[in-house]
Amino acid sequence: MRYLPLTDADRADMLAVVGAQTIDDLFVDVPEHARLDGPIEGLPMHASELAVERKLSRMAGRNLAAGDAPFFLGCGAYRHHVPASVDHLIQRGEFLTSYTPYQPEIAQGTVQALFEFQTQVARLYGCDVANASMYDGSTACWEAIVMARRITRRGRAVLSAGLHPHYVSVCTTMARFTGDVLDTAVPELTEGAPGDDMARLLAAVDGDVSCVVVQNPNILGHVADLSELAARCHAKGALLIAVVTEPVALGAIRSPGEMGADIVVGEGQSIGVGLNFGGPYVGLFATRDKYVRQMPGRLAGETVDADGKRGFVLTLSTREQHIRREKATSNICTNSGLCALAFTIHMSLLGERGLRDLAALNHANAVQAADRLAKVPGVELISGPFFNEFTLKLSKEARPVIRALADDGILGGVSLGRLYPGVDALANGLVVAVTETVDEDDVTELADALEEALR
Amino acid sequence: MNREGRVTRPETGGTDSEFKTFTGNRALMLEEALLFEVGGTDRTGVDISPAPKVASRLGGLERAAPIGLYGLSEPEAVRHYTRLSRQNYGIDLGFFPLGSCTMKHNPRLNEKMARLPGFADIHPLQPVETVQGAFALIYELGEWLKTLTGMPAVAMSPKAGAHGELCGLLAIRSALEARGDARQVVLVPESAHGTNPATAAFCGYAVENIPADAEGRVDLEALKARLGPDVAGVMITNPNTCGLFERDMSAISDAVHAAGGLVYCDGANFNAIVGRVRPGDLGIDAMHINLHKTFSTPHGGGGPGSGPVVFSAALAPFAPLPFVEKDGANYHLVEEETAGEHHAGTFGRMVAFHGQMGMFSRALAYILSHGADGLRQVSEDAVLNANYILRSLEDVLDAPFAGTGPCMHEALFSDDGFAEGFTTLDVAKGLIDEGFHPMTMYFPLVVHGAMLVEPTETESRRAIDQFVGALRSVAERARAGDPVLKAAPVFAPRRRLDETGAARKPVLVWREPEVVAEAAE
Amino acid sequence: MAFYFTRDHEWISIDGAEDSTATVGITDYAQAQLGDVVFVEVPPAGTTVDKGKEAAVVESVKAASDVYAPVSGEVVEANAALEADPSLVNTAPETDGWFFKVKLSDAGQLDGLMDADSYKVYCEGL
Repeated sequence: MRYLPLTDADRADMLAVVGAQTIDDLFVDVPEHARLDGPIEGLPMHASELAVERKLSRMAGRNLAAGDAPFFLGCGAYRHHVPASVDHLIQRGEFLTSYTPYQPEIAQGTVQALFEFQTQVARLYGCDVANASMYDGSTACWEAIVMARRITRRGRAVLSAGLHPHYVSVCTTMARFTGDVLDTAVPELTEGAPGDDMARLLAAVDGDVSCVVVQNPNILGHVADLSELAARCHAKGALLIAVVTEPVALGAIRSPGEMGADIVVGEGQSIGVGLNFGGPYVGLFATRDKYVRQMPGRLAGETVDADGKRGFVLTLSTREQHIRREKATSNICTNSGLCALAFTIHMSLLGERGLRDLAALNHANAVQAADRLAKVPGVELISGPFFNEFTLKLSKEARPVIRALADDGILGGVSLGRLYPGVDALANGLVVAVTETVDEDDVTELADALEEALR
Repeated sequence: MNREGRVTRPETGGTDSEFKTFTGNRALMLEEALLFEVGGTDRTGVDISPAPKVASRLGGLERAAPIGLYGLSEPEAVRHYTRLSRQNYGIDLGFFPLGSCTMKHNPRLNEKMARLPGFADIHPLQPVETVQGAFALIYELGEWLKTLTGMPAVAMSPKAGAHGELCGLLAIRSALEARGDARQVVLVPESAHGTNPATAAFCGYAVENIPADAEGRVDLEALKARLGPDVAGVMITNPNTCGLFERDMSAISDAVHAAGGLVYCDGANFNAIVGRVRPGDLGIDAMHINLHKTFSTPHGGGGPGSGPVVFSAALAPFAPLPFVEKDGANYHLVEEETAGEHHAGTFGRMVAFHGQMGMFSRALAYILSHGADGLRQVSEDAVLNANYILRSLEDVLDAPFAGTGPCMHEALFSDDGFAEGFTTLDVAKGLIDEGFHPMTMYFPLVVHGAMLVEPTETESRRAIDQFVGALRSVAERARAGDPVLKAAPVFAPRRRLDETGAARKPVLVWREPEVVAEAAE
Repeated sequence: MAFYFTRDHEWISIDGAEDSTATVGITDYAQAQLGDVVFVEVPPAGTTVDKGKEAAVVESVKAASDVYAPVSGEVVEANAALEADPSLVNTAPETDGWFFKVKLSDAGQLDGLMDADSYKVYCEGL
């Protein structure tokens, strides 16, 4: 077996050193009824690299890859071009096969990269400080609500109708057990809908509210100014939590921090990570300096070594589960280290100029596509400012339309019926994302196919 | 005040006589500045096509102020991150005996499979008809995990081990609530990983400790005495963090069940028993499996992980959404929409999308490679290696539970016998100079100055013998009080770092020197 | 001025008069056990602390410990200097490194606490 270096001779020698007759002697503490005397039945035996590759390649071949189709899906996961050097660098064994940097003298590569990551995230979000990453955007969102509860000592959170429904679901699941009260709503497909939700949020903030959670751009792709909401929250002693599922947007629009958000969380997948069918992704988490001790997750910090040389360590770890146990800020242990590294490398390759150019290209592509698709009979563009994603209202239910498009090899967007099952008013909604990976031909194909399907 | 202190501020000096180069580099050991010092805000490593001219639809939200992102050209980026990588230790480089972390070889076939476009370049919300292969993979991995653990159900979506613990406890709480039983207490052994009590608290339980007996196992009688109508369940790591199998596991499960509670098993140490023991045969109700430990997906410097959870029949109805079902040759996804029909008891969704697909493809590639026979050999070799280390070092290191029988996949030592002022930390840092990653230190808390050594099955006899020799040498220096050891490591890219200074005045992001100077005024 | 000590290694000093203010901190023994203190969280003035309950948190790099209130009462002042310089707990645990001052609601609460000599004996026995 190719992953096992011990030979039978080694095993015999080592058993002798241990003083055991057979390997079974080392498993004597297992209750007799639970000891299996041979390989578990009903499972295949070991296989060659070639055989495994063949089997998995066949499975992969049954999927329609985004690169093989005109592709317009977003809603929390975006397809962007990732430079080849990113994947090369994260596969270096010293990154790929390293552990959490608890021994910083031999993990400076990881900790320094995390320090760079924290700086990039803080700047992108317009915040003072960011942590070394969370599992993903949805879990980061819930952790932010818990953090707001700790800071304000209030237990009611108001969630925007524009917050990704999976994020809302995660929060609802958790709140049921923690006793937090969540005020939620579903979006509407009417003109000016995002503004309406803003009115709801403004009205809901009172002295019992710990935080308002608002996504920007929101699930329909719309962007909004959060300044008034932030001011309202602060006047009532509540925190504003902003959620960003498409970080590329922040190369074009003002950051949530600039608009007054106290905690900014989100999904970092767009930068460096790839679609991966939903995971692993990388949760981003940033806040103000004054709340840093209430923040969950690992933190890298600068220091010096015994020779006075600059170095980096994990710090403020008394917030974490391995020290604080049941009093920790979160139970999170693993972060999303390698994805955070991919984010950092991709962001370093982009730089200020690259990110702004990329955002401008995304926006321009999306504007052109929106105008083109709005001309298709039976398609109405839901108005509202947007970045690289917008919502169409079709003359028919969107879900079967999307399936019909898929049959023709077009991945045409995310139907709101998939995200909000049972909400009839949203059934005709289709969210379309247009990144730099989409070209004019793709848009033409989608427009033609939509026209056909809606006829 | 109940915590033991240890030195976290390094002692200075020791290398003054050494020749220093102009650059600070030492041949292949290269210093590397921060991205912000190497790069610039006017530099980029990408060529983006010019954007078509359109009228902005950003609603007046255009970003005016600079973001402050630093860029690198591609050659600079490749060099910067390659140089950083070389300041890291990794399994590819050497032995990584971190107890309870299972740092085994990461096969590159896994990486190749995870990058197939059919797995890596698919969107989680694509129509299910276009991702049947992905669901097939998730389903097949789930079947393996169920069979290997002897449990009837599995939840694939948890993002990591601690997230899996959360999944298990939420199912336990849901099951109890479904029978109208609002129990408030979760019992956790003293030796537990910190995530256990943190998780129990995170979902609203009060946490109480169960003491260990003199042999390092759960004190069954003390546990039985504490069980009652307020106890929702117990969280037990098996094999435990002392590296020992909980002999009384079946009796523990029976006692907890008899008292109306449920049993959560922390599966972090599954590598010790995979293929030889099915935890389901020991009466447990839920267990998470760290794919990044037992099933060889890379740790990546601290994640991403993946923590699927297997469930007993009692908890299966409460498992989270979404999950994959097989219907003839087709797979479909059970989500909020369809759960009502036959999964109405679910506690809901705990993550966006479907979980860590990129880890599933890697783990399945590993499992298929080993097969049922190979996985059995995995646990046998892992346990044999650990016992070999235990017996090879017990004369020079105190091994608190070695007298009670064999260990499982990890060997536990204490700092008993070190010279005055010498600690586990010194031994760990001494191992760095010998070219090894240190073992897990100061964990579990039940042993003073704990050193937990987990060799895994992917180390050769030669690597293990080298490690034994090195640890013996360092331990002898700690016993003799060798002052040089206090300064270790001396050959690493950095010497001991000032963690106290880092925590007292946290510097968590880089700021431009002029901003720092201004703030100092 | 009278000093009293708890088994959890807090000290409390009383100025003299029965209704006077008491000052609370952790002992030299405690700070030595903790190692370098990096952060102290003290209850703000106006909070009420309960005897034997968690009142403050003191953190070293690797450990966080609760500090229990030796008596019940209302906090009248927290030591603001600890925020800027937590190392005061190490360098001057029983003087400048005090944690908070509390209005002693009932002098009888001091019964059962140790004096300096018995605390010394207690520590030697640990």
